Amino acid sequence: MSKQMRSEQIQITIDQEPMTVAAGSTVAVAIALAGLHCRTSITGEPRGPLCAMGICFECRATVNGIAHSRTCQLLCEPAMDIRTQ
Amino acid sequence: MTTSYDAIILGAGIVGAACALECARAGMRVAIVERDSIGSGATAAGMGHIVAMDDSPAQLALTSYSRSLWNQLAPELPASVEYHACGTIWVAADDEEMAEVHRKFDYYATQGVEAEVLDSNALAVAEPNLVRPLAGGLLVTHDAVLYPPCAAGYLVEQAQQHGAIIILGRAVTSAAHGRVHLDNGTVLQTAIIVNATGSLASQLTPGLQIKPRKGHLIITDRYPGYLHHQLVELGYLKSAHSSTSDSVAFNVQPRKTGQLLIGSSRQFDSDNTRIDHKIVAAMIERAALYMPGLPSLSALRIWSGFRAATPDKLPLIGPTEDPTVFLATGHEGLGITTSLGTARLLVDHLLARPTAIPLAPYLPSRLPSTHPSDEAIHV
Repeated sequence: MSKQMRSEQIQITIDQEPMTVAAGSTVAVAIALAGLHCRTSITGEPRGPLCAMGICFECRATVNGIAHSRTCQLLCEPAMDIRTQ
Repeated sequence: MTTSYDAIILGAGIVGAACALECARAGMRVAIVERDSIGSGATAAGMGHIVAMDDSPAQLALTSYSRSLWNQLAPELPASVEYHACGTIWVAADDEEMAEVHRKFDYYATQGVEAEVLDSNALAVAEPNLVRPLAGGLLVTHDAVLYPPCAAGYLVEQAQQHGAIIILGRAVTSAAHGRVHLDNGTVLQTAIIVNATGSLASQLTPGLQIKPRKGHLIITDRYPGYLHHQLVELGYLKSAHSSTSDSVAFNVQPRKTGQLLIGSSRQFDSDNTRIDHKIVAAMIERAALYMPGLPSLSALRIWSGFRAATPDKLPLIGPTEDPTVFLATGHEGLGITTSLGTARLLVDHLLARPTAIPLAPYLPSRLPSTHPSDEAIHV
């Protein structure tokens, strides 16, 4: 990969663990890259993005303290505090 | 051919379900007729609180008695009923309301209703998401909340285990003189008819002073730990819910799921379940005065329903002029709480057993009939 093609990297935390992702990544992608799932259903099943367009609400997580944020609709920002639910 | 029963219960809301179980337990041959599905009317629309309420001495007697029956039943209830012994905190905004907290506490003590006075700090510790400072509150220890449709379903199941049968999806076209006519032409014979059809009761028993009183509720997504007790503003009875005009009051409940149920509103003169957004906005504004963070939570659903309201805010329990027709309706916003007590009182009355509390304040005969033919008699 050429130097020009490499996108800017940003620092975030997921469940309080620091992580680096490419700028422009959605929070849902960052959670997937961390090997985690967005939330756990009431019956204990893992949940993650299904529709990836903000309709199904399966990809919710707590972002910067706001519970039930739809992570497929949010881009990562520097120092973002992401917590799976 | 006609089928014969000892008792036919009209309506499988929480009150009808409780009556069916109580009758079946007493050894009666019971049928329940439900037009829609079990617990689908006011039972599904309401909040599901099990609370002591003292709008009048008779209201406290019935709510407190009935609450004790729920407290006893609680260990048997399946998880789906979501019984949650969270207690209620009556929230006092100022010193005047704090004086009411002390009055209520003293009165409850004389009536055997356990409670605890919270000062401003204790309230803030008990509910960190409440606005500060507030004057304090009254924690009513043994109040609870549950999920009413599943509670009604459980009571019906128990009634069925005691031999009751349920006829679903059939409307009753008339019910008098020991005969219940269904909309498919079936006629059921019975010694006793119990009209437990809530705000629709006067369609089958004309002349009842029951008016539908509309209410709205909001349910949020899951926020476990956000709220620990049911909260009600102390102005609930005195200012917010006057008996004539539209009103809102702050009332929020934690559900076992972590969801919050936000109320409440009361409107007469509305005959449809359309969401009135002005009322919903007023409810949220009212709630935000007490819990400023509430409007930023995510709501999943808003709905409305009708309470069966009587002029004196007490239910109609007991006999009518037709010796075969008995009433168990008019429970307004307290039907979940008072269902078990209503059923026990009614069946004690039917079997001439002593009642735990006097039935007199709830007898239908206390209210004059609005039936035209009855009025003509008085001319």
